[in-house]
Amino acid sequence: MVDVPLGSTGVVAAPDVEDVELYHPHSWVTKYVFSQDAKIIAIQYAFVALSVGLVALVLSWLMRLQLGFPGVFTFIDANAYYQFITMHGMMMVVYVLTALFLGGFGNYLIPLMIGARDMVFPYVNMLSFWIYLLAVLILVASFFAPGGPTGAGWTLYPPQAITSGTPGGQDWGIIMMLVSLMVFIIGFTMGGLNYVVTVLQARARGMTLMRMPLTVWGIFTASFMALLAFPALFVGAVMMLFDRALGTSFFMPAIVEMGQPLDRNGGSPLLFQHLFWFFGHPEVYIVALPAFGIVSDLISTHARRNIFGYRMMVWALLAIGALSFVVWAHHMYVSGMNPYFGFFFATTTLIIAIPTAIKVYNWILTLWRGDIHLTIPMLFALAFIVTFVNGGLTGLFLGNVVVDVPLSDTMFVVAHFHMVMGVAPILVIFGAIYHWYPKVTGRMLNDGLGKLHFWVTFLGAYAIFFPMHYLGLMGIPRRYHDIADMAFVPPSAHTLNAFITIMALIVGAIQLVFVFNLFWSLRHGREAGGNPWRATTLEWQTPETPPPHGNWGRHLPVVYRWAYDYSVPGADQDFIAQNQPWPTRTSGAGHG
Amino acid sequence: MAVALILVLVAVGSVVFHLVSPWWWTPIASNWRYIDDTIIITFWITGAVFVAVILFMAYCVYRFRHQEGRQAHYEPENKRLEWWLTIVTGVGVAAMLTPGLFVWQRFITVPDDATDIEIFGQQWQWSFRLPGPDGQLATTDTRLISPDNPLGLNRDDPKSQDDMVIEGGELHLPVNKPVKALLRSPDVLHDFYVPEFRAKMDLVPGQISYIWFTPTRTGTFEILCAELCGVGHPQMRGKVIVQEESEYQAWLQEQASKSFAHLTPGIRNGTVMPD
Ligand code: HEM
Ligand SMILES: [Cu+2]
Ligand SMILES: [Cu+2]
Repeated sequence: MVDVPLGSTGVVAAPDVEDVELYHPHSWVTKYVFSQDAKIIAIQYAFVALSVGLVALVLSWLMRLQLGFPGVFTFIDANAYYQFITMHGMMMVVYVLTALFLGGFGNYLIPLMIGARDMVFPYVNMLSFWIYLLAVLILVASFFAPGGPTGAGWTLYPPQAITSGTPGGQDWGIIMMLVSLMVFIIGFTMGGLNYVVTVLQARARGMTLMRMPLTVWGIFTASFMALLAFPALFVGAVMMLFDRALGTSFFMPAIVEMGQPLDRNGGSPLLFQHLFWFFGHPEVYIVALPAFGIVSDLISTHARRNIFGYRMMVWALLAIGALSFVVWAHHMYVSGMNPYFGFFFATTTLIIAIPTAIKVYNWILTLWRGDIHLTIPMLFALAFIVTFVNGGLTGLFLGNVVVDVPLSDTMFVVAHFHMVMGVAPILVIFGAIYHWYPKVTGRMLNDGLGKLHFWVTFLGAYAIFFPMHYLGLMGIPRRYHDIADMAFVPPSAHTLNAFITIMALIVGAIQLVFVFNLFWSLRHGREAGGNPWRATTLEWQTPETPPPHGNWGRHLPVVYRWAYDYSVPGADQDFIAQNQPWPTRTSGAGHG
Repeated sequence: MAVALILVLVAVGSVVFHLVSPWWWTPIASNWRYIDDTIIITFWITGAVFVAVILFMAYCVYRFRHQEGRQAHYEPENKRLEWWLTIVTGVGVAAMLTPGLFVWQRFITVPDDATDIEIFGQQWQWSFRLPGPDGQLATTDTRLISPDNPLGLNRDDPKSQDDMVIEGGELHLPVNKPVKALLRSPDVLHDFYVPEFRAKMDLVPGQISYIWFTPTRTGTFEILCAELCGVGHPQMRGKVIVQEESEYQAWLQEQASKSFAHLTPGIRNGTVMPD
């Protein structure tokens, strides 16, 4: 399936498409606000998601201030602390990472990379964004609701989430959270169907599935998974909303609340956990797979080398996607479920490590014998590998059921998932922004500021989360607003906590440099030209940069080769674009 | 150059941190040394992989950095290498999983001579129930909970006559005797966690979960709640006091006399700690 670069393929005539008049927007509002252009929608998604990210970042500062300097910031009481972790966690996972990868990168890159003019359902695509924005507004509004936002933890486990011992449990907080999630899922479904159908139906002539860039594969697989996973959360949210508002007992057994018996009976708290993690575990990969895909393309482009083992990479993505639906209960080893499930879920979980490891090998083997340009996107890609390998390996601790017993619900878990699904994907997002910003704006981001941003973010984040594992190993539980007077915790652990907090403040602050760079370079960045990285994939071959509505002008591109023809022997440049029919090469045997 | 060097420093620094940092697990006080052993195996395997991957990357960054005239090698795939790597990974994973599953089998198989006790967690305190001379715990029902029956014992159950209820957070256990703790919550999820025992398990309202362990050294250990249970979660603490058999018996005698009074309706004592 890897294409012979020296082809006997004749030039296929590009389909000549008349410009459809109705298709283009006429007013400023339909062009930039209620836009149906996937690229504008992508920017809207990205802007909202990054803004939510900044809020979630500030929340992490507040939490860290409390943990590093307990008692100093008296406004962060237990109530506030639990509200902060809940909103921070939910925002980061769902409203930032999912929205940014699928709504942001998916919208921008899918049509361009597969050679389409737009998503197949542009109107639905537009609705998807506005519904997402509504979900964000509901979520943020819960900060101002009576009783404040919910403090149930991002996992929202009942009965605690809807009883009075938890902030927002008997106020508006939990209701607004559930409603916001439901709205988000409705919006996402509209977008997700679009991404999947577009990839399946709207590829340019010659763009077979096995010629697609891995970025598209990653986003496509993740969207498909999200369409299967989010409904579980949706029904869980509906049932919990009924329990909270209508007095049903889906998740409520006979319990007492602060000494008073409640009129509930027969429900199962574990049922919610199963529903939540049936969504929640695939969600981890919904965030990870787009990052896998994007980072593959960053590494290949900036190392000027074909991605190593492309077919294996595609199969590994699909295998991870499929397996991730049968590992969910590894989040529940100590939940009180039937302990025999442990054997099954530990085995499936460790099996997932194999395709994941293959991906890592192929990334580093792409570097091997490459021509490595240490550009900012490449630096972020390298840092991604470090943090992802680190977090993936600690996943082997937590997946191995009995090892999870002492570590579960401790700071070890917090360190693990931040490394693997917080820091690693965010590093890819940064790398991807530095990489595609020139296509979006026509200008390069500033390099010096980029380097500063990179080094502080990478080393700082590593310094935050690497030592944190050891606090968990010692036994410090997560979601503890205060670890004062625990006999087994030595004073040095408090010093470490203070250090982590200072690092978190520094890493947070440096993001302002990045935000500044984004705005400053719009005007003052170096002119990029159409293909500054000399990349092969179609988005770099558009007739205009930034690409206008419809992307391709009159002629859709035709694809002749896979996405990774870098440094093909004998070619006169070190890349051959996917839509270039004749390899301009003198000699040399092809690869097949 | 600098990039390769920093990558090496990250790998080496992580290993050095692991070896010299003062933050490590608490000295174990239960039979779950196997868990510690499995963690150690996992640390070795994963540590080796981590260092190997990062050093390899650093080498590539150094050796294949862009220079005038360098051309990357064009090689889409290498089936042999890919299969070898897959197999080696599979073996490494099996080396961690297999001992893990054996230990899990032990973890969930309660020995016959284990004593049943009950650990009862509610927002936000721990209580305990010992079976008394008959060695059996009476049945319970959340709907029977009332101020003079705080754990919801079924008084019609004859086994309830000698059950010993301890409210307020101190659990005494004899050393080297296996216990099977039945875990019960009347309100929300909690989690019984003693770092020195390595063991933890959730308490789930509406069902009874269990955990077993054998305390292997005497001393006082902290009980933490490890499942978010509302604003009082970090304050939900208790103590396990592991004693020599003789001391434990003495304590038990003392409790037994108090506990008799406890069964008289309306009088609420039998508590070890005032609440
Ligand atoms: C430098 C950046 C970040 C810092 C300093 C940070 C810090 C924290 C802290 C202190 C907690 C609470 C720990 C506890 O008490 O249990 C937390 C929880 C969490 N964070 Fe982050 N975080 C950061 C970035 C992220 C990112 C990028 C993600 C995206 C996946 C993320 C996802 C979560 C989640 C899911 C939780 C769990 C919330 C819960 O327990 O309900 N964080 N973070
Ligand atoms: Cu609790
Ligand atoms: Cu708790």
